[in-house]
Amino acid sequence: MSLLKVNNLTVQFGGIKALSAIDFEMEEKEILSIIGPNGAGKTTLFNCVSGVYRPTGGEVLFAGESLIGLSPDRIAQRGIGRTFQNIRLFNNMSVLDNLMLGRHMKFRRSLLHAFLRIRKEELIHREKVEEIIDFLDLAAYRESRVIDCPYGVQKRVELGRAMVMEPKLLLLDEPVAGLTVEEKNRVAYLVTEMRGRFGFAVLLIEHDLRIVSRLADRMVVLNFGEKLAEGPPAEVQRNPEVIRAYVGETS
Amino acid sequence: MVNFTQYMISGLSAGSLYALVALGVVLIYRSTRILNFAHGDMATMGTFFAFSLLSWRFPFYLALPLSLLFGALLAVVFYFSIIVPAQRRDATLLGQIALTVGLSMIFQGAMIYVWGTDSKMLAFPLSDTKTWNVGPIYLNELSLGTLIVGILGSILLYLLIQKTRLGLAMRATSENLPAAQTLGIPTRTILATSWGLAALLGVLAGLFLAPALILDPFFMLEPFLKGFAGAILGGLNSLPGAIIGGLLIGIIENLCGGYISLEFKNTVPFLIIILVLLFKHEGLLGKEFKERI
Repeated sequence: MSLLKVNNLTVQFGGIKALSAIDFEMEEKEILSIIGPNGAGKTTLFNCVSGVYRPTGGEVLFAGESLIGLSPDRIAQRGIGRTFQNIRLFNNMSVLDNLMLGRHMKFRRSLLHAFLRIRKEELIHREKVEEIIDFLDLAAYRESRVIDCPYGVQKRVELGRAMVMEPKLLLLDEPVAGLTVEEKNRVAYLVTEMRGRFGFAVLLIEHDLRIVSRLADRMVVLNFGEKLAEGPPAEVQRNPEVIRAYVGETS
Repeated sequence: MVNFTQYMISGLSAGSLYALVALGVVLIYRSTRILNFAHGDMATMGTFFAFSLLSWRFPFYLALPLSLLFGALLAVVFYFSIIVPAQRRDATLLGQIALTVGLSMIFQGAMIYVWGTDSKMLAFPLSDTKTWNVGPIYLNELSLGTLIVGILGSILLYLLIQKTRLGLAMRATSENLPAAQTLGIPTRTILATSWGLAALLGVLAGLFLAPALILDPFFMLEPFLKGFAGAILGGLNSLPGAIIGGLLIGIIENLCGGYISLEFKNTVPFLIIILVLLFKHEGLLGKEFKERI
């Protein structure tokens, strides 16, 4: 059984078809990249999987169960974490509090525990958070307010906040956008490590084809809400339609 | 100097209740951007509930928590049965605010129907005729109790928001709702909790205001507007601001009442609203949200 199965997914905003009949599947621990020009429907697709939008038609199955109609928090609880294209952190809180919030749903659920911060349990979660802090090299910023951190650091904090949730599937919306070349390479390395060390499957949207083709096992190409191609990076990049729609435009 | 101290004490005592009211307004505003115009009426409902319990000979220590719960429950039911469905149908913010105005009318109608419009006496354990002299200064039992409850309530709320996991989830939800949802935080439940908590603080204020004022279906209107003024003065999205704003409103109105004229006392809070909105619209401690979503 595949981890994520998107079946005939269609989204319509008024008269505009943002997505029409999209199909693809994803295996556990796979890195799959969605590429396509601006307005192709990539983020819309993410929003359907994470429950922000309710699709007009079609199915999204996660580990065999439908996600349609579930609220974003329920979907997160099922084991899907995500980051946003324009960073969405809790700007007035410390980096550490942002990461601890990623552990929120892992705490034991009871009224009593909601009111108390039980020392022992907190320590278990702190350990996980510290592991991710080390992994993402955020130790120097631990107590800083997010809004005071540089952009590249904020990007990593958002990545970390999704990682501490220990999701089965991680949705990354343009994780390297706006970063320097050096930072891009570093994040690319981190994404492959995420799969290797933590066993997440990663679905990512990215514009930087050079990075993507190095990272992804497979690619899905969208254009004007339709699936243009799907396959390993080398194969997709040779597809003439893809070249016309996407690569041809940019280079 | 004696007069001044006396005015300050009455001001702080009244102000601590305005602070509780303001906290309720701010709790809801900062997490949902809704100005809850039914806040005063929710508090009145809770206070009347306590009145009924007391007249059925419930002891005060039972009537107090029960009426707080009753008020909280009303707000939670309103949130789930009216606000959430309205949001599902894409109601605008203004539409949702109008819903709270409607709710206020419904509550007033219900209270007139159940309890009538004649004024009632709440059997309250603290009295304002029991006084002590500390030097030249008079202290009465009620205003002292009020001050303690106001400050204690504010501190407990502060601890809840800053030091508990529920509080952390509440802060996350009000700062960035979509992000909080992505982390699996059940934002609906969290928002319902905020509504309940806000109403609870309102009822607490109502219970301590009723003995000093007259209990009728409209008795919370003035304190609500003053708490509202306090919330605006402090900055509508700041909880510490609400406390400071509420206290300041209490002090200023008592000083004006004492030194200028008693008639002037009730006008001052509204002058303050106007001045704040004209010259420092984000309030004393408020931060403007540039963008929310």
